[in-house]
Amino acid sequence: MNPTESTFSAQHDALAPATLGRRNWSTIFRNQGVLMLMSIPFLVHLLVFRYGPIFGWVMAFQRYRPGRGFMDQEWVGLLQFQTLFADATFYRVLRNTLAMASIKLVMGTFFAILVAILINETRNRPFKRTVQTISYLPHFISWVVAANLVLEVLGPRGVVNDMLVGLGLMQERVLWMGRPDLFWWIIGWSHVWKTAGFGAIIYLAAMTSIDPQLYEAADIDGAGRLQRIWHITLPGIKPVFVILLILNIGQLMEAGFEQQYLLQNSLVMDYSEVFTIYVLRYGLQLQRYSFAAAAGIFRSVVSIVLIIGANTVAKRLGQETLM
Amino acid sequence: MKATREDVVFDALKVLFLIGLVVVTLYPFINVLAVSLNEPMDTIRGGITVWPRQFSIVSYQDALSGQNMVVAARNSVARTVVSAILQTFATAMVAYTLSRREYVFRIPIAIIYVITMYIDGGLIPTYFLYRSLGMVNSFHVYWLPGLTTAFNMLIIRTYIRGISDSFIESAKIEGANDFWIFIRIILPLCVPVLATIVLFTSVWQWNYWWDTFIYNSSRVNLTTLQYELMKRLASANAAMSGTSMADAFTRALDQAGSQVTPKSIRAAMTIIVSLPIIMVYPFLQRYFVHGLTIGGVKG
Repeated sequence: MNPTESTFSAQHDALAPATLGRRNWSTIFRNQGVLMLMSIPFLVHLLVFRYGPIFGWVMAFQRYRPGRGFMDQEWVGLLQFQTLFADATFYRVLRNTLAMASIKLVMGTFFAILVAILINETRNRPFKRTVQTISYLPHFISWVVAANLVLEVLGPRGVVNDMLVGLGLMQERVLWMGRPDLFWWIIGWSHVWKTAGFGAIIYLAAMTSIDPQLYEAADIDGAGRLQRIWHITLPGIKPVFVILLILNIGQLMEAGFEQQYLLQNSLVMDYSEVFTIYVLRYGLQLQRYSFAAAAGIFRSVVSIVLIIGANTVAKRLGQETLM
Repeated sequence: MKATREDVVFDALKVLFLIGLVVVTLYPFINVLAVSLNEPMDTIRGGITVWPRQFSIVSYQDALSGQNMVVAARNSVARTVVSAILQTFATAMVAYTLSRREYVFRIPIAIIYVITMYIDGGLIPTYFLYRSLGMVNSFHVYWLPGLTTAFNMLIIRTYIRGISDSFIESAKIEGANDFWIFIRIILPLCVPVLATIVLFTSVWQWNYWWDTFIYNSSRVNLTTLQYELMKRLASANAAMSGTSMADAFTRALDQAGSQVTPKSIRAAMTIIVSLPIIMVYPFLQRYFVHGLTIGGVKG
């Protein structure tokens, strides 16, 4: 190798370390072959299992019949989407999904922050520990178990009826789970029951990183407890709040189908059916596969648009963001 | 500093709220435990709160003698153990490769992983894909699809990046390859984060029922505990199809013919299914909170 060449290649590397085209691939394979063997099989697995279904989206533009290949199907263009947007149930499902997701987002965030603030304001360590230990517990049990507990508590002979009748606030016991007007709120409150304690952890972590000098300065200025919370604690958790909000907005089209599926019954169906249940009912039960796939795509695409939208808005407002 | 009136009122309301939170959190568990240990016929009368009125373990005997329960317990344990080990190992391996700054495919692979956190193919295409891969009515559907996951991978990668490079450099000089370095150096140093991921995965696997329901519901020998409990729950919900309270009560009284009511069996099963989680709860608390802070800070 003559001097000119080596200077050139050194310069080239220094100027554009990212361009691999000119680099010696055989050296890379020799040095990084093991790294490739350790990662590429899993990459292939991920492409099959996580990206594979996305290629399955083509079935939404077909009239899919099982037993034939994906490309050997009748193509129908946008027919499935037209049928979807003409379906009255679709709009009811959309309403239910957005309503329950919003209720859960607002109530869940409010109570997580409230619990975090109150635990943060507690100095008595044993009491603090006990409250934390117990309030995390529901996070770790399944929704199947949680739904059973909800059914017991709200059942005809459950504690809610016992108390309301016992205290004379109601004349008769109520079948709470059969009330369509209350279903969204049962979803909201059971979500709070299951997640508020654990959801508080991340806000508590943010609160412990607030500079204590800020509180001392506020004390000197004569600020009360509520003023300190309002002017120091809440602004201190704002970045975490924004990131979680963006993530949750991406989940708006999900609304947590497990919970609705496990708590629903035929009396409340009009208010309990969310997207995933709708897709399940049309797809795997009524075997309208392509129609259900179209509904699923609608959900996925709206989710992506929502998360990108929320991220962009947050960026405009000068907040820390995901992407 | 002197306590102002605001402080006193604030503290009183705070303690009241937090005690309320504890009571509301615990009561449903204690109530179901009491119901599960109460004589089933007596339970129908109602009024069981925190303590059984007529102690009996017949609900447990009945729940456990159900033909599916042994199979279900075996599958729940198997899917939890297999997934916890394989998924954690595989995810850690990928995380290690993506933590190596010299690795040429580091960025493209990381991007491909992160995208999966935001987009999914949806139920129907996934179902047909799994079917074509022979994973319907198969145990493999429990552990294989989630072999590596972006979220866990990012947590482990963040942890590995915190490990000093000098360990790896000196092993490289001695001629060790990356796989050897991963097994002998990185894995032992990652025990705290791996314990977190093993617990994350175990709890998730133990609690999950949707895959059994969608892919394996026609095979009794592939059932899981959560799915068995879910079926009981579904029949309790189906019983609510009556239009009035009177209907619901009549239905409850009709059960009087059988020895154990569905409500009591459901209570016993709820306790059985939650017991493993409650037993490992002390570990869960410590490692989960730890894991959440490692993963949360870096995002």
